[in-house]
Amino acid sequence: MASILIDNTAHEVDGSKNLLATCLSLGLNLPYFCWHPALHSVGACRQCAVLKYKNAEDTKGKIVMACLEPIADQLRISIEAPEARQFRAGNIEALMTNHPHDCPVCDEGGECHLQDMTVMTGHNCRRYEFKKRTHTNQYLGPFVNHEMNRCIQCYRCVRFYKEYAGGKDLDVFASHDDVYFGRHEEGVLESEFSGNLVEVCPTGVFTDKTLKKHFTRKWDLTDAPSICHQCGVGCNIIASERYGSIRRILTRYNGDVNGYFLCDRGRFGYEYVNSPQRILAPAIKQDGALAPASPDQAIRQIKAIIASGKKMIGIGSPQASLESNFLLRQLVGPAHFYAGIPRAEGKLLQRLIALLKNGKVRTPSLAEVKDFDAIFIIGEDVTNTAPMLALNLRQAAKKAPVELVKAMHIPEWNDAAVKDIVQGATGPFYVATPHITALDEIATHTYHAHPDDVARLAYAVAQHINAPSSIAEASSPAANAHPPDASTTANPDAEIEALSTLIAAALIAAKRPLIVSGISLYSQALLDSAAGIANALKDQGKDPGLVFIVPEANSIGLVMLSDRFLEDAIENPGPEDEEESTPDDATLIILENDLYERTFKSKIDQFLTRHKNIIVLDHIENATTRQATHLLPAATFAEADGTLINNEGRAQRFYQVHKPDNAVRSSWKWLQEFLLDTPGGTGSPAASDKPHRSTIDTKNFDSILESLVREFPDLIAITTLAPAAGFRESTQKIPREPHRYSGRTAMHANVNVNEPQPPKDDDSALSFTMEGYEGVPPAALTPFYWSPGWNSVQAINKYQIEVGGPLHGGNPGKRLFEPAIPQPSLSPSIDPSAAASLPPIPPSFTPMSGEWLVLPLYHIFGSDPLSAQSPAIKERVPQPYIALNDPDAANAGILEGHYVEILLNGQKHRLPVKLHTGLPAGTAGLPKGLAAMAGLQFPFSITINSAPHD
Amino acid sequence: MDKPLTQHIKKDGSWLSLQEYEAVGGYQALKKALTLPPAEVTTIVTDSGLKGRGGAGFPTGSKWKTVPMGADAPVTKYFIANADEMEPGSFKDRLLLEGNPHQLIEGIIIGAYAIQARFSYIFLRWAYHQAAKAITRCIHEAYEAGYLGEHIAGSDFKLDLSLHTSVGRYICGEETALLNALEGKRANPRSKPPYPTVHGLFGKPTIVNNVETLCNVPLILTNGADWFMKLSKTGEGGTKLYGASGRVKRPGLWELPLGVSLREILEEHAGGMKAGYQFKGVLPGGGSTDFLTEEHMDVPMDYKSVNAAGSRLGTGTLIILDDKTCPVGMVRNLEQFFAQESCGWCTPCREGLPWTTKLLDSLEKGTGKMEDLDILTFQTHYMAPGNTFCALAPGAMEPLQSALRLFRADFERHIHEHKCPWE
Repeated sequence: MASILIDNTAHEVDGSKNLLATCLSLGLNLPYFCWHPALHSVGACRQCAVLKYKNAEDTKGKIVMACLEPIADQLRISIEAPEARQFRAGNIEALMTNHPHDCPVCDEGGECHLQDMTVMTGHNCRRYEFKKRTHTNQYLGPFVNHEMNRCIQCYRCVRFYKEYAGGKDLDVFASHDDVYFGRHEEGVLESEFSGNLVEVCPTGVFTDKTLKKHFTRKWDLTDAPSICHQCGVGCNIIASERYGSIRRILTRYNGDVNGYFLCDRGRFGYEYVNSPQRILAPAIKQDGALAPASPDQAIRQIKAIIASGKKMIGIGSPQASLESNFLLRQLVGPAHFYAGIPRAEGKLLQRLIALLKNGKVRTPSLAEVKDFDAIFIIGEDVTNTAPMLALNLRQAAKKAPVELVKAMHIPEWNDAAVKDIVQGATGPFYVATPHITALDEIATHTYHAHPDDVARLAYAVAQHINAPSSIAEASSPAANAHPPDASTTANPDAEIEALSTLIAAALIAAKRPLIVSGISLYSQALLDSAAGIANALKDQGKDPGLVFIVPEANSIGLVMLSDRFLEDAIENPGPEDEEESTPDDATLIILENDLYERTFKSKIDQFLTRHKNIIVLDHIENATTRQATHLLPAATFAEADGTLINNEGRAQRFYQVHKPDNAVRSSWKWLQEFLLDTPGGTGSPAASDKPHRSTIDTKNFDSILESLVREFPDLIAITTLAPAAGFRESTQKIPREPHRYSGRTAMHANVNVNEPQPPKDDDSALSFTMEGYEGVPPAALTPFYWSPGWNSVQAINKYQIEVGGPLHGGNPGKRLFEPAIPQPSLSPSIDPSAAASLPPIPPSFTPMSGEWLVLPLYHIFGSDPLSAQSPAIKERVPQPYIALNDPDAANAGILEGHYVEILLNGQKHRLPVKLHTGLPAGTAGLPKGLAAMAGLQFPFSITINSAPHD
Repeated sequence: MDKPLTQHIKKDGSWLSLQEYEAVGGYQALKKALTLPPAEVTTIVTDSGLKGRGGAGFPTGSKWKTVPMGADAPVTKYFIANADEMEPGSFKDRLLLEGNPHQLIEGIIIGAYAIQARFSYIFLRWAYHQAAKAITRCIHEAYEAGYLGEHIAGSDFKLDLSLHTSVGRYICGEETALLNALEGKRANPRSKPPYPTVHGLFGKPTIVNNVETLCNVPLILTNGADWFMKLSKTGEGGTKLYGASGRVKRPGLWELPLGVSLREILEEHAGGMKAGYQFKGVLPGGGSTDFLTEEHMDVPMDYKSVNAAGSRLGTGTLIILDDKTCPVGMVRNLEQFFAQESCGWCTPCREGLPWTTKLLDSLEKGTGKMEDLDILTFQTHYMAPGNTFCALAPGAMEPLQSALRLFRADFERHIHEHKCPWE
């Protein structure tokens, strides 16, 4: 702590920050451009100038840049001194000499940091009378629009894109007042995190191209706090609507999760919500075709089916909320509720949860990942399976060198100084995957092998850590100087031995090693070996972390509600105590889940044809909805409230953005209808089901939560994720619309000149209007950021306890898993954790003659079928291909780009060959999740026929 | 030996070969230095009072002393000769580079030995083709003779030296921008701290010294600190290469004792003003220094005295302004140079210099207004030292701020007469 004097007012402040961050944390307004709380200080823009006095007697002072000024006790500065104010206004005047002043036609207008800062400095009269310099703009792909003339050269874009996110294709060119930020030539920005430029750029150079296509000013948007549904990481987002369509996604700051950033799938993958394929009305199958029906009609018919007492089978979804899955489970009875994922995946998720719950090692939050100083990735292509985790792993790679710099008394916030010293050095970072991944470029060593061999390496590392003496030799400089090389090591076991000792030594030498794995390769050995390493490190007195990647937004939540899976439903349609029901006339209810994406088409075809009534709740037409007898329009994240559990075991609440003026509603609202009025005793549901239907109180969202935690006490934390629907701040609801929302009386005037009553929200403390509490709401209920004078996303400063720190009232979300044994175990022999009973180590993979084992290849754009239906993402989805091992292909006389024929799901596919992916011999790779190849259950074997060359 | 630095430089424009250099005592200083502990070499240079001749005048020995030494110091250290002479009006290093590269190379090796550097570079201005040829040849000779590489002059000291020819930006002469350029990065200056002496090239301890500075080092080693101190007329040791350009009778470059008066340089060495031209003012140390006028004629041309007179000794190369040359036009040309050479990193320099240039241009064209003078004055405050990231823009403001003060009437005449009065 330090005592400082700002404009003659004393403040007690944390001395570890720079002066700018300190002033902002105190709530003072000091303009800035190049500084960013995640990118730190470089002193380029000179906007945060203040007057610094030598001592109490000094009356003159000296201009210093606050972002580069360390906090010293008794520091005396002035923000308001005329010299400082003049300098800042003059600096804006200089920045503005070349700015086009095109705010009325600029997408950033109204939420522009440059506008805010200009107003803040008081500069308003232009003295510059000469020509402005102009630039040519570039096409940068479907996500980001480029308008270089607006640039004020703060250098944030390249600092984020290149230095923070590891991008290669955005840079600064030329010099003096002609500097240009862009690509070396026009083209698609390659980075998976390019969309952050939209928020990082303080003005309108980089703007959201998807927003541009249905542009709305910030103040005209209805916003809601939401959670990204596009992967299992659970980034916090702000989703915004006008005229019934979702217009854009912004980062919702959460200091424990995604901080200031999002990946491009999360930011631009929202447009499926506005898809013409959306199911907007109920439909009932008549004469083999689905015909639109009114909600009442559909509800009546479905109620009749339920009342008939036939057995019901419910298939839940890892894309749907806990609440929707829970109500389906209550409706059909726990015995008839199945998690709608293949058993292989479900068992792995169960194992993963057990390892997190019963292990010794804490799984860190996404934000905490940045603080680990040695990384070992086991099996996951993180950039494609959990992109934001990859972004934070890139920061963790810089951790060890930055710690060294901190020891030299150079503060971490002095980014320019740190980078000059670190010179791009990275800490220990090991990647063991079946193929080349984007993170390989920052890896100390990589290992590309079959998942079983990756697991063998990981087990070997665990064994070495358990017996530290075995690695003494490896940590000698001689061993480090000659890393094993896959291409020259004949004996795979020797290679594993050499590399595992190196990795074990590096993990033990680190302060906080992090092990990253997941289920994307469908291998339990990878999970177990990862946990084995983490537990072994804990036993050695380390403070390790263990992160598991899960495939979908609510994978964990779904598996916590059901321990039976798709095959269980298909193979064994229910306990044998069913009396009247034969399997074939059971009613199937499918929740937000295209089963044809889950497993082989023939299996699902057969399964569906067994059922007379198939009730499907979903948002977009797909192969499963086409098979429905009763189709109900389910809400996407944009129209629903709900709770998701991410890969960390963090439960998070999302809120509907708007109330659509059609029949779309949350799946749990549809299910409520059937639960509320269906007499529990009529018909003859299984005896075990009765209590659920009769005791459940599902009147509103909060009562669903209460019922849910009564059944699942482990989930008790979900009732405290956010204030309940009855919550009021100063007797008011939290408005979803800013107080400048315009056109409310005009937007429906073509229909009715009377202003319609705004929709009510009985399920949350949010309102669908612009009226309500205008201060800083509870973090979980914050729909947008705005503060007087701060119209841009940087208004977030005002919502944080201190800049870059937690939000007022704490970051939202609750962790459900904490390690069973918080202290390092003294007697591992009686350790009840899963790692103590490690399953046998898999044998090394041997290629099969004439057959290839197919592994899934993940794509940030494409492997998630929903986001892939968004037009901008669609442009980035790869065409189907098959990846082969280079020598295998050479032996078969196949070259890159040649076409081969394979049989998938009984269907012939003709695919171009991709080489140089690093896949091991005997394996092949197919992109996961592409529409053209839906329903593959990896891994599986194929034969390959060379197709005639084109 | 009143011109120790330049005494051996030949009049025919060819450089001293190794043989010729050795014949006049070349590399003896190095051999002597190698018998001394490195710290003692630094002490001798410190005692000599040698100050950086690149413009800033920082004591050379003090700079060397800040390099980490001893067992805990990084193994790799760098020693760099800054031969990126691009200051408008400066051509002093060129004489040393073209005339006697071995003197520079010897200075580099001694300096590298003092800080125990392993690698050294000469960072040369792109346009100095003759110098590049000379240096390349001399480095080759030095390797052949065992003055570079392993076991230098029979000692255990190892040093490699390479020539790096810049692609030609003025900012590369700024020592930290020079480091970025050498690393293959954009030539933007770096923030200090960390100072290059601790974290310089590739993050390792690095000394960057001006060519003229380093050429003095062998002489100091051979003749001693006291000898060097006594060369000057003032308390700052050594001789200095002084130059003069403009409408003087004999524009040129002379090695003179540090601290000779401005009058002596102008009248005795440059021969006074050309017939028909009156002295109006002078930039005493290159394009980025404040004007001095008639009243400063007796100022001793050393670092302290020129500072006290309100300018800087800089590179010691005088640019003389005469009465037939428009001071506004002269400053305009300078500002245009600096505006073009801004790296574009910080706002005041990147945006302020072009604006300044355009205002001066407008004055020259006769379209200026009285308010423009206020904006120009504002720019000189806006780009004052400390307000910008490096010294480029504050340097650029020096001729402007002094011209606005000293030649205000000339600026106003441009406005009132709606044209340049010198046209």
